[in-house]
Amino acid sequence: MWRDALLIAAKDLRIEFRSKVTLNLILPFAFVVLIIFAFALDTSPGTLQKVAPGLFWLAVLFSSIFSVDRAVAIETDDNAGDGLLVYGVDPGGIFLGKVVSVFVQLFLLEIFLLLGVVILYGPKIGGWLLMLASAFFATIGLCAAGVTYSQLASGSRAKQTLLPLLLVPVVSPVLLAATKAWQDAFAVTSSLGDPWLRLLIVFAVVYLALGAIFYSSILEG
Amino acid sequence: MESRGYRWSRRAIGIVSLLLVAATVILGLWITPPDVVQGQLVRLIYVHPPVAWVAYLAYGVTSIGSILYLWKRTRNLKWDLLAAASAEVGVVFTGLTLITGSIWGRPAWGVWWTWDARLTTTALLFVLYLGYLALRRVPADSHQRAVRSSIAGLIAFIDVPIVHQSVVWWRTLHQGATVLNPSLSPKIHGEMAMTLLLGFITFTSVYAWMLMHRYQIAILEQKVLDAELDQLIEERRREPDSQYGEARPANDVGNIDQPSKV
Repeated sequence: MWRDALLIAAKDLRIEFRSKVTLNLILPFAFVVLIIFAFALDTSPGTLQKVAPGLFWLAVLFSSIFSVDRAVAIETDDNAGDGLLVYGVDPGGIFLGKVVSVFVQLFLLEIFLLLGVVILYGPKIGGWLLMLASAFFATIGLCAAGVTYSQLASGSRAKQTLLPLLLVPVVSPVLLAATKAWQDAFAVTSSLGDPWLRLLIVFAVVYLALGAIFYSSILEG
Repeated sequence: MESRGYRWSRRAIGIVSLLLVAATVILGLWITPPDVVQGQLVRLIYVHPPVAWVAYLAYGVTSIGSILYLWKRTRNLKWDLLAAASAEVGVVFTGLTLITGSIWGRPAWGVWWTWDARLTTTALLFVLYLGYLALRRVPADSHQRAVRSSIAGLIAFIDVPIVHQSVVWWRTLHQGATVLNPSLSPKIHGEMAMTLLLGFITFTSVYAWMLMHRYQIAILEQKVLDAELDQLIEERRREPDSQYGEARPANDVGNIDQPSKV
């Protein structure tokens, strides 16, 4: 399963590296989101500094919808996923491979997005360890739930509408916990013992397990 | 067709539900006294908590139906249809919970909506299961739809405690449990407690009645779908230029996997 996961992740990242969809489309989209948030809210530095963690994670959440949709569409277009199953690739491996590939893309996107937040909103950043750990587990949670739901919604003509409706309520704890963890990190009030980080770890573990268990049923169903 | 026993029990539950609703209305609006603090507003207590309980019960039934379908030993399309019927009733009751809660919240808290833990969880629960129902509308064959929606139903149910915990930590304003508090000493007048208990029984009975109706409709819908499919297959077989050869008599449906003439 692990070997299959690495193969799938490498394949997807290679496709991504060649097509550059994340770089050319999703990253600019995330920046647009950061800019329009400032339009919607008061542009005074105090307000934007205060809400910066929430806006950052909202931008990541919106971007993740496109990323997971694309990761699954690679296999559903032309029934490539059926081919993988016929070759005997482990469905759990496909799931984990997709999660790893989307994780790498989202994590890189988060680095760029953080730069954007620092430049546009100007928050005081501290508590790097908590920030890094919460970003790591929040992204795993987003990817695991996202890939599972994207596969569930595949085959629908209204997939682009259905996926956010299914996914956003499910990952709302990630948005909430990651925002709070980053607020704590920025204020340097707590470190790795932060309860929000624990919630993010629980979410990531639960959704990785659920995805690995159910992915074969979704694919074969 | 539905069995006679099922039809009679459905009717009996319908009549009992109607009588219970009438009793709850009379007790709730006329017999019980107004509250010392909340006045007439307290009468919503006979509706709001029971409706919320039914919503949770409905999602519990959806999860059980989903598990029974996913488990290969008990796999039967009926479990999936039961899960779907219960989710649909659950969404209606969640909507009612939010509406009755808002009606209560406006005079009690001064706002229609507040970002309290239970309210937020309930709103997310409403959207989660709306998503489940939307997923069911995705065109797919019965088995595929059943597998996908069972997984979605189960994941949604597992997600509920995580969602709840996150919003509980976020903020809590909702009043604590009145009857099932940690010391198990109800802080409620006897007559009111009885009416509240009756409310729980009434709405559970209404749920059972609605579920039985919705389930029966789901079974009939499935039968219509199967009959339409059979008819289409028959029509295809009858076409002279079809790969199955010349027309056959209407009663000779044959086996689609083993065409007699190619």
